Amino acid sequence: MTLDFGAILSQWPLLATGVANTLLLTALSAVVGGALGAACAWARAQGPLWLRYVAGTYVELIRNTPFIVQLFFIFFGLPMLGVKLSPEMASVLAMVVNLGAYATEIIRAGILATPRGQIEAAESLALNRFQIFTRVVLPPALRKVWPALTSQIVIVMLGSAVCGQISTEELSYAANLIQSRNFRAFEAYLVATAIYLALAIGVRRALNWIGPRFIFGRP
Amino acid sequence: MVDFTLWDILRNLLLAARWTITLSIVAFVGGGLVGLALLFARLRGHAVGDRLIAAYVQVFQGTPLLMQLFLAYFGLALLGMPTTPWIAAALALTLYTSAYLTEIWRGCVASIPKGQWEAADSLAMSFSEKLRHVVLPQALKISVPPTVGFLVQVVKGTALASVIGFIELTKAATMITNATFRPFTVYGMVALLYFCLCFPISWWSHRLERKLHAGR
Repeated sequence: MTLDFGAILSQWPLLATGVANTLLLTALSAVVGGALGAACAWARAQGPLWLRYVAGTYVELIRNTPFIVQLFFIFFGLPMLGVKLSPEMASVLAMVVNLGAYATEIIRAGILATPRGQIEAAESLALNRFQIFTRVVLPPALRKVWPALTSQIVIVMLGSAVCGQISTEELSYAANLIQSRNFRAFEAYLVATAIYLALAIGVRRALNWIGPRFIFGRP
Repeated sequence: MVDFTLWDILRNLLLAARWTITLSIVAFVGGGLVGLALLFARLRGHAVGDRLIAAYVQVFQGTPLLMQLFLAYFGLALLGMPTTPWIAAALALTLYTSAYLTEIWRGCVASIPKGQWEAADSLAMSFSEKLRHVVLPQALKISVPPTVGFLVQVVKGTALASVIGFIELTKAATMITNATFRPFTVYGMVALLYFCLCFPISWWSHRLERKLHAGR
């Protein structure tokens, strides 16, 4: 058994493109999925009754089905309804929908931990409901659940490896392309796996840095 | 030309779902056993072993399950072992499950107050007696809800085994789609079948958690 990593590393431009696309997919879905999660968390915690059921059904449907099935449903299934998406668009949409459901539950837990008195204080200052939610309820809720949200974003990034299956050109797709050229499958996937591990650690650090500075302010 | 009725599609999917369930059980039981062994090794408290197991957990939690499946599939071949999708999927999912379960259970043991260990020490109990009589009975109780909850992750994880050619629910869906050209119906049905498998487990885990907190 001989391993030849030179054959993989010489294809570094492909890997670099893959890394860039994986990070781009993750960033897009983190921003949009996070916003979707915050909106649904509001719906589940404070929205009208019918909206609570809609958001609750969405969360349970997504959390109890595999990501790959959601992706295939969006990419292969939706064109039957006339919604034709490129592989990249389908990947982003699937990741957003997936992260949104998990983020809903995470952020909701943070919202429920907000003392009632804070909301009453805000009401007494004549803030409207939208202002109360975005300025009083959400920031401390996000601060409380930021570690869980960070973990979930990393999980979604790792899950995006599946997007290569519908030919989105992310990191696992690059590894697949390289092994189809030189038949060094094990080495190609080992290198990709090592890069994913580094990305997971890097993204976690980056989010820990970004959170207190840009998302919810220092306590 | 053979026409597929909805019942034909559903029947074939249900037949394939047996393999999703089988693989889930194999991975969960195998992962539980490996995870338990790792937990005991970790509780012994050797610095080197502790570091190694922490790294093991970090690697499996920090890399995509899909890559782990590919590595198992091509790695077994490289070692000259028989490579079937079945063996590769069972191996990868077992290791993946063991990493998560050992970490969940370590957290449960860590949540047992230090005083319990010390009280057991003062009774001159050996390491295994401390675990068996004092720590594990308490840790076991709080470990049930998260362990059941993780079973959902395992069932969903088996869907990725379709990519290395293991014929379970998702792979069957792809094959049926190729024959019927009805991806919307087929993937919709598959999603519902996964939901029917996973939702009761989620619900049960949630209920166990509530019961546990109510008892405190």
